[in-house]
Amino acid sequence: MTMNREGRPTRPETAGAVTGTTWTGNRALMLDEPLLFEIGDTQTTGVDFDPAGPGRESRLGGLERRRPIGLAGLSEPETVRHYTRLSRQNYAIDLGLFPLGSCTMKHNPRLCEKVARLPGFADLHPLQPVDTVQGALAVISDLGAWLVRLTGMHSVAMSPKAGAHGELCGLLAIRSALEARGDMREVILVPESAHGTNPATAAFAGYRVENIPANAAGRVDLDALKSRLGPDVAGVMITNPNTCGLFEPDMIAISAAVHAAGGLVYCDGANFNAIVGRVRPGDLGIDAMHINLHKTFSTPHGGGGPGAGPVVFSEALTPFAPLPFVERIQADEGERYVLVEEENADEHHSRSFGRMTAFHGQMGMFTRALAYILSHGADGLRQVAEDAVLNANYVLRSLEDVLEAPFGASGPCMHEALFSDKGFAEGLTTLDVAKGLIDEGYHPMTMYFPLVVHGAMLVEPTETESKAALDQFIGALRNVAERAKAGDPSLKAAPIHAPRRRLDETLAARKPVLVYREPDPAQAAE
Amino acid sequence: MSVYYTKEHEWIRVDGDIATVGITDFAQGQLGDVVFVEVPDAGRHLARGGEAAVVESVKAASDVYAPVGGEVIEGNQALVDDPALVNSDPEGEGWFFKIRLADTHEINDLMNAEQYKAFCDQQ
Repeated sequence: MTMNREGRPTRPETAGAVTGTTWTGNRALMLDEPLLFEIGDTQTTGVDFDPAGPGRESRLGGLERRRPIGLAGLSEPETVRHYTRLSRQNYAIDLGLFPLGSCTMKHNPRLCEKVARLPGFADLHPLQPVDTVQGALAVISDLGAWLVRLTGMHSVAMSPKAGAHGELCGLLAIRSALEARGDMREVILVPESAHGTNPATAAFAGYRVENIPANAAGRVDLDALKSRLGPDVAGVMITNPNTCGLFEPDMIAISAAVHAAGGLVYCDGANFNAIVGRVRPGDLGIDAMHINLHKTFSTPHGGGGPGAGPVVFSEALTPFAPLPFVERIQADEGERYVLVEEENADEHHSRSFGRMTAFHGQMGMFTRALAYILSHGADGLRQVAEDAVLNANYVLRSLEDVLEAPFGASGPCMHEALFSDKGFAEGLTTLDVAKGLIDEGYHPMTMYFPLVVHGAMLVEPTETESKAALDQFIGALRNVAERAKAGDPSLKAAPIHAPRRRLDETLAARKPVLVYREPDPAQAAE
Repeated sequence: MSVYYTKEHEWIRVDGDIATVGITDFAQGQLGDVVFVEVPDAGRHLARGGEAAVVESVKAASDVYAPVGGEVIEGNQALVDDPALVNSDPEGEGWFFKIRLADTHEINDLMNAEQYKAFCDQQ
């Protein structure tokens, strides 16, 4: 076994086909990266501050740290190199197709990056006087107007900072609206085909969660839903298109039934990419829906940047939406933008449930998303959805002879193709296929989700992949799937070409090896 | 003492008005290696079909539901310290909690071993 300088085992003897070892343990550009605690230690520091001299008083009001926190002290170059070296072992959308289902890992256009880096956007502070940030407020207002138009809804709250944050925003608005009419309902219904975050959000918003089963076609069981509705049901959270990659054709009937029972409808818009420009959620009777700017509107995510989850509302929920809002007004000197906050919430927002965040939301994502929308235009966005669906169906139909597609007979899929592990040889699993894909140079697809499909593999190619790129991926997945069906024992050892061999996930979770140590009391007393 | 089963793959061993609850061998096989377990505290009142415990494996996190309503007498702390017991001995040492039945008639709706086996074969 190869050990690093600290005596921590690194690469197993069996790693790859490489023979011979180097003195450092590195293999040319493939470096054996130590942990932060192995590069630096708690006795060193990367920054020198003058010790606080006499006469200098702390202004922290007794909240200052009294003991060392025991972090390794690293210099700037050590820190930069550590993370840059790690990033070279990572997979990213800028390296290749990223088939992670439900995540919409599409290319992030460089035009959007250029716009976001303009100093007039990048160097703003949220507490600047409103007069000095009119352009930024115009971006928020314009983007909001696009989102409202594309969804056919009534208003939009821009501040939620990610998908699940947007879900919470929507549910808090639903809760406020129900409480405003003195209706203390307790239950949120969540179909099995919904996103995994939905039940967590409902629970976090104080609701009891009840599942609604999927029918054999992979869609919400409308009868089961209807039979559960009643005076205790606050609403439903539905993902449409759902996590089986299917459109919910009964959505209007679902909304009508929920409304008739006095509840409200939340739609998880994570998969909006498949229907943008084709379907307006407002026409489906939806009361609130978040939009993942980092999915549909291609702002970077997955290490490349934060998410953003604006929420669009129906007219009924608009009064309860969170502050702040940006509003465009006509003044004597022309058009200008104002911030609607607690002090000046007019009759439109006086029943707001409060704030989700301190400021306006993810400004850097707003500039990128608006640049994306404007550079595509309405017709371009429609084509985004069409190409995303076309690509997913190409993957589905190209692989359904080798991988079982449980809902393949339900008609065309939307943005993602779903397969099961049916037909794999005894002992070989979806996990082995995922590891095999790593050897083929791909980030694996989403696996074991949705739960309604055994050994699920959820592939979302997105519209930004060419036919050639799709063919290469299909070839790779086909090859690995055939190995799984044939019972190829070498697949159990995959990945063999990655910087690290297969990790023992069970042992890592049950008995993690923690390198951080509490500073010893003697040192702490210094 | 009789053992009953649910469609959610819990087993329940009933002794008078006291019952022990866990997840079945079939369920642990589906979950894979269990890495985290949360069991209910003694004194907690559970509704039939309500969430009672949490089990997390390398593949998924799932709720364990109460097959019957009642008051929790004991959660299995050994399971919290060593979640692997769910895999090694799911229907013995790997029990989740003990409960005092609020209504002993509720067990009449559950499956016996034979019915449960037939149910799993359909899955």
